[in-house]
This record gives sequence, C-alpha cells and structure tokens, in this order.
Amino acid sequence: MAFYVAQFLTGLASAASLFLVASGLSIIFGVTRIVNFAHGAFYMLGAYVAFTLTEYFSGAFGFWGGIVAAALAVATLGVLVEIVLLRRIYHAPELFQLLATFGLTLMVEDLVVLIWGPSDLLGRRAPGFKGAVDFFGQSLPSYDLFLIVLGPAVLGILWLLFQRTRWGVLVRAATQDRDMVAALGVNQKWLFTSVFAVGVFLAALGGALQIPRDAVNHAMDLRIIVDVFVVVVIGGLGSIFGAFVAAVLVSELNAFGILIFPKISIILVFLVMAVVLIVRPWGLFGKREAPARRTPGLTVNPWRPLTSAERLAVCIALLAAAALPVIGGNYAVTVGSEIAIFVIFAISLHFLMAVGGLASFGHAAYFGLGAYGVAFLAKMAGLPMIACLLLGPLLGCLGAAVFGFFAVQLSGVYFAMLTLAFAQIVWSVAFQWVEVTGGDNGILGVWPERWASSPSHFYWLSLGIAALAAAGLRILVFSPFGFALRAMRDSPLRSEAVGINGKRVQWTAFVISGTVAGVAGALFAYLKGSVFPDNLGIPLSVDALVMVLLGGVETVSGGIVGAIVYKALNIWLVSQTDLSKLVLGGFIVLIVVAFPKGIVGTLEMIRHRHGGGSSEASSETRLMGSRIETAE
Amino acid sequence: MKLSVQGLNSHYGPAHILFDVALEVGEGEVVALLGRNGAGKSTTFRSIVGLVAQRSGRIVFGGRDVSDRPTHEIVRSGLGYVPEERRIFTDLSVEENLEVGRQPQRPNAPYWTCEKLFTLFPNLGEMRHRAGGRMSGGEQQMLTIARTLMGNPSLVLLDEPSEGLSPKIVEQMVAAIQTMKREGVSMIVSEQNLHFARLISDRAYIIERGRICFGGTMAELDARPDIRDAHLSL
Repeated sequence: MAFYVAQFLTGLASAASLFLVASGLSIIFGVTRIVNFAHGAFYMLGAYVAFTLTEYFSGAFGFWGGIVAAALAVATLGVLVEIVLLRRIYHAPELFQLLATFGLTLMVEDLVVLIWGPSDLLGRRAPGFKGAVDFFGQSLPSYDLFLIVLGPAVLGILWLLFQRTRWGVLVRAATQDRDMVAALGVNQKWLFTSVFAVGVFLAALGGALQIPRDAVNHAMDLRIIVDVFVVVVIGGLGSIFGAFVAAVLVSELNAFGILIFPKISIILVFLVMAVVLIVRPWGLFGKREAPARRTPGLTVNPWRPLTSAERLAVCIALLAAAALPVIGGNYAVTVGSEIAIFVIFAISLHFLMAVGGLASFGHAAYFGLGAYGVAFLAKMAGLPMIACLLLGPLLGCLGAAVFGFFAVQLSGVYFAMLTLAFAQIVWSVAFQWVEVTGGDNGILGVWPERWASSPSHFYWLSLGIAALAAAGLRILVFSPFGFALRAMRDSPLRSEAVGINGKRVQWTAFVISGTVAGVAGALFAYLKGSVFPDNLGIPLSVDALVMVLLGGVETVSGGIVGAIVYKALNIWLVSQTDLSKLVLGGFIVLIVVAFPKGIVGTLEMIRHRHGGGSSEASSETRLMGSRIETAE
Repeated sequence: MKLSVQGLNSHYGPAHILFDVALEVGEGEVVALLGRNGAGKSTTFRSIVGLVAQRSGRIVFGGRDVSDRPTHEIVRSGLGYVPEERRIFTDLSVEENLEVGRQPQRPNAPYWTCEKLFTLFPNLGEMRHRAGGRMSGGEQQMLTIARTLMGNPSLVLLDEPSEGLSPKIVEQMVAAIQTMKREGVSMIVSEQNLHFARLISDRAYIIERGRICFGGTMAELDARPDIRDAHLSL
C-alpha cells in the first residue's frame, strides 16, 4: 500500500513542472491564439540557463536565485521573440504561427548544443531538499515533496493573478474577444507581449525546477511539448485549472501505467486523451468555441484546372525530372527518389489541408503504416514487390479509416491535436511491440527486386508513382467529391444544408490522404531497405506540415514545390553543416515572415501583379490581402 | 467641433461600402445616424474608431487628426464606441466587464465610476457579480454602454441601442441617454427607429447605400416627409 502511495506522490511531483509549462502554453494560446510550439524550447532553455547559473553562484541563495533568474532571463528572450517575430505574424493564418515557432524550436536545439555541448548535464541538488523522507518504509526525495506543494501554490498564485488584478481581467477579456478589448482602449500589443512573457516565464521555471531531478539534455523540448499538448487538450485549451487537473492525471497515468501495463504505458496517456476528445472535444474544463478562423483554405482566386499550355509545361518538367539519371550520379538519383517519395507524402497532406481544410499533425502515422505494411508483407509473407507496393499502403488506409472516423468529428486545433495523439499511439505500438515490429531495431532487409533495384530504375518508379498520385489528387480536387469537400471546408453549415454529408466527405478525404501517404511510406521502405519507428514519429509529421506550408496551403501545387524545396534543402544542409537545424529553422522563420503565402502563393501574387497588368488582376491581389484581414 | 469626418471611404475586401461620408458633431450634441439595415451605419462607426482596416478620409477628433491612429489610441483619446452586437465578455462579471473599460479621468469629459453608473443603470447594480453571459439582452445593452462610459469618453458612438429591446427597456435607455447628454457626453446614435431618435437627438443624418443623403435638424427632417419616407422604413 505504502508503495502505491509513494508512487502516487512521485506522480504528483512530476505533475508540477508539467503544469507550469502547460499553463504557460494555455495562457498564451488563450489570448494570442498562437499554439506556441517553441514552448518546449523555452522549457529546455530554462533548464540549461538554470544549470549554468546554479553552477556559477554557490549556496542556497545562489541556487534558488539562479532558478528564478534563469526563468526571468528566458522570459526576457521570449519578449524579444514576441516583439521581433510574433508581432509580425499575428494576422497570419494560425498554422503559420505554429510553423514559425517550430522553426524557432529547431534553432534553439542547435544553439543549445553549440553553447552547452551535446552531452547530458547533471545539475546541482536543491539546497535544503537534498535528502529523502522515509514514508512507511518507502523513501521519497524531499525535493519531490517540495514540488508537490509548489504545483497547487502556483495554481493559487495564477488564480489570484487572473481574478484579482486588472491585468488578469484584461487577459480574460482578451481571451474571449481581443478586438473588443482594443475597442475599449487597451493596447493589445503590450497585453500580448506581457501574456507571452508570463507564459514563457512559467515554461522556463518548469524547466529550471527539473534540474535537481533530471539530467539536462537537448531533447527535452520535444519530449515535454508532446506531453504538454496532451495536457492542455485534455484540460481544455485556455483553462489553467484544466491544465492542473490534466497535468496530475497525465503524470499519475504515467506513474501507474508503468506498474500496471509496462508494455503500453506510453499509449495509455494518449488513449485517455483520445477518449476525452471524443466525449468532450473541447477538453475537460475548456469552453466550446466557435470554429477557428478558417485559415487553411483561404482561397480567393478560385482554383481552376490547368490550361493546355500549363499542362505542356508540367509534362516538360516531368520529362526533365525523368532525365535526372542521365546527368546525375547514383547519389543524386537516390536523393531524387527520396524527394519524389516526399512529394507523394506532402501532396497527400496538402490534399487534406488545402482542399479539406483539415490540418493533420500526425500524418506520418499513415506514411509509417504504409512502410510497415510493406515490411510485414515482404519479410513475413514473402510477397513479391509489386504485390507489396499495392497491398502495403492498405495498412495506412486502414489506420486512416479508424483514426479518421474519430478525428473528423473535431475541427481546428483539436483536430490537429487528436491526429497527433493517434500518431503517437501508432508510434508507441511500433516502438514497444518488439516481437512484431522489432521495436527500436526496426525491420531490416526490405530491398526492392532486381527490376527496380538500380537507383535509376527505382527513381523512375518513384517519379512515376508521384506523377500518378499528383494527377489523381488533382482530378479529385475538380471532381464533385472535391467540390463537396471544399464546400465543407468553407462553410460546414451551408454544405450540410444543401445535403452534403459533411463528416462522411471529410472522412473519405482523410482515408484517401492516409492511403496516399501509405504509398509514399511503402516506397520509402524499399528505398531505405528498412523500417523504423521514426517513420511514424512526430518529427516526420512536422516535416510534412513544413513542406505543405512552405509551398503554400492556398495553392493547388504548393505541396509539390514545398516538398522539393524543403527536402532538397534539408539533405543539402545536413551534408554541408553540422548546424543544419539552426539554418533550417532560420530559413523557416524567414519564409513565414517574408513569404506568408508560401513559395507558390508568393509566385502567383507576383505573377498577378506584373504579368496581368489589367485592373482585374490588381483588384484580385488586393482582394487576397484583404481577405486575411477580414478573417480576423 | 467635437468630431469632424470628411471623405470617409471604406472597403470590405472588394466591396466598396462607404462613399465620401461626411458628418460633424458639436460639443455636447447628440446626433442621430439614421438608415435602414445594411445602409452603412455600423461600418461608419467601425471606420471612425479604426476597426475597418481599409479606410481613407479625414477624421478629426477634439482638434486632433486620428485618421491613421490604431483603435486603442483613438478610444483612449476619449472617443467611446458601443458596438451593435454588444460584445459583452460573457465569462466576466458585471464589475469585471466595467473594469476592462476603465480609463483614467479626462479633464474635458465627465468622470464615471462604477457607483455612478449603477445609479444610471440600477439593474446593473443589483447584479454586480453576475456573469455577463447570464444577463438578458436589455441588461447586456446597459452593460455595454456602461462599460464604454468607464473610459470617460467625451464622445460616444452608440450603435443601435434600442435594437431588440422591449418598450419598457427602451424607455430606460432614452432616460439614460438623456442623462449622459446632461453630463456633457456628445453622442452619435445610429438608429432605424425614427421615434426613438427624435426623443434623444438634436440633429440627424440619413445614410443610404453608404452615402449620406440628408443632414439637418429634426425639425428640418420633419419638414421633408419625402426624404423620410424614401430612406427610412417606418
């Protein structure tokens, strides 16, 4: 019994930091509507800076002062980020803000290694809390007891801050209607900045307080951000009390999950999240919200099928691409295959996001399922390659059918979070079900048959399938099904009113998109000759998002261009510099600030401005600019 | 002149909504802006306080050109705005809603406190801690006016204050507006209801399809039944 109580208390202690970080994220989202992906990075920076400060200053005062000073320093950095970067993109579609903060995260990851080195750092123990307390024969670190008290204390302070101060009242008002707050004479800019500062302070404090418990390392950010997303989604975005309850719930699930279901401990949390979202899509303590700003499909120039001249240009481009093995060596051709595969992956997500208005944050799940499908069929059933390529993606299709059914019940940020959770479940299964998937060791030796084994043959195969997939999805965009899907994206109510079964249409789109991603995964398995859990991981899902946003969500061909540019840049950077993440992150941030419409969107705008010259074209460009304003 | 608007043009995307709107409000004056649904009354107000991004024209408030200032700055210089949709903060209590609107005292404008507003709108005083979302439409309308008055404005843009209210509440609203006027608050009140407008205003403008098509005293308006019948639904 005492053991279980001790386990419970350990869970409570872990909840403290999680709550701090999650409440910060929640506050920031509530007011600015930014899902701050960089929140994990600020948490990590808090830990690193606190490590340095507590090493430098001795004594109890040095330690506790160092913790607080670290949080303050990182909060100052947060203010800088807000003023320099975020202020420019508050009016951009919300996914762009996510992309920008993701770019920041990448930069911070490399900077941290640059400054503090790649190895884990062990911080000082907290003065006054170095020992352990005997609890009916179980020993509990006294620092854990400190954290257990700290969690509710911070909750209380935040409650006072929000209920009893003018700043708190303004923040709560802005959470509901920020334009009205401005119309009452409040300067939104500084309100947003202060909110961001408080949120980042909480994240950094959460990180700083971890140093006596855990080693500081450069992977802390992604680990915490996934947990934090789960916490705010379970608790309800924008609810601090919800963040507290959910942080405790998640920490206890982790603490006891290990004991009861060691195999599926990681899954347990995500299962709970999925259940909560299905039963209460706005979280336990969140409020049902009006649909989010309709950003992904903000198309003003209606899409049109290609003209014959453009078709010719596409064919020429395809032929030029097919000529790559003639001019390039084996390495270039292999890179070309990888890019072609990622084009397939990106257009599958682009289809879902641009046409369906559904931003999946776990699209790698279906990519990876396709890859595992091929690996199972090839290694266990011993099927020929053609059969594997045809049947393997069906696993992605199946996964998309099951998860998509639940996911399309939601929309906006919650849809994104649920797809993220499902992807994490699939990843956990692949990671932990060692007997079948080989766990971390993956499945090796999935090589193409002779006819496709040379780099150029495989390249042509990938390119051909990519062209087919792009053509197929394009046909879908201009089919009655595509119209229905776009109608649902632009106005769910009106679509339902004209007799479109909206959820069914979205579900179908999700399954199509998942299957195409599965095709990409299947090819990828053959390209690499192996399958690993990484093929379903969150970083890969984020890669897909970046490709789509980079190309431009509002365009039809954005996915293709985005995938080519991003993947080529990525591969080239990795070969050129050790700081590829820093450069890539900086590049992403730059793109978001300078070209918020993505590459293709920007090119189209330039073409409209210069090429057309007619008054109609210029009014259209103006129209595009203004729509973003009115969408606020 | 308290407020002078000249050559105001506004667009929503490709749609041109306001065409060279011009109007003036004198110190302590209450002016009605009359027009049918969709005539451009709300857009005029939203443009004056800077909530419409695409606008051009000259807006001089209290001797200062505020045409290019951000919303919060315009409001802080003493130009209060009461939106038609009320936009009460539903999660906040009555007192907290008022707190959001609070601004420092201004030398040239009446000074309002919660207590003073509770005597102006006695209903609100009885529900200080009630959440904004749990009030009736009439109570919300009073709260939204009170909230704007907390900013101690010298001029208030009041967008359709009588809309959707019961006759009894409308009576209270008339009384409240008359009190505000006595205290020295200038106002532009947009209305579809000529009867209501007549009770409170000194002068009136009529707006139709984004253009001002009449401006004059209430007596002058009454002398032109043709204009009244052509542009207002009675």
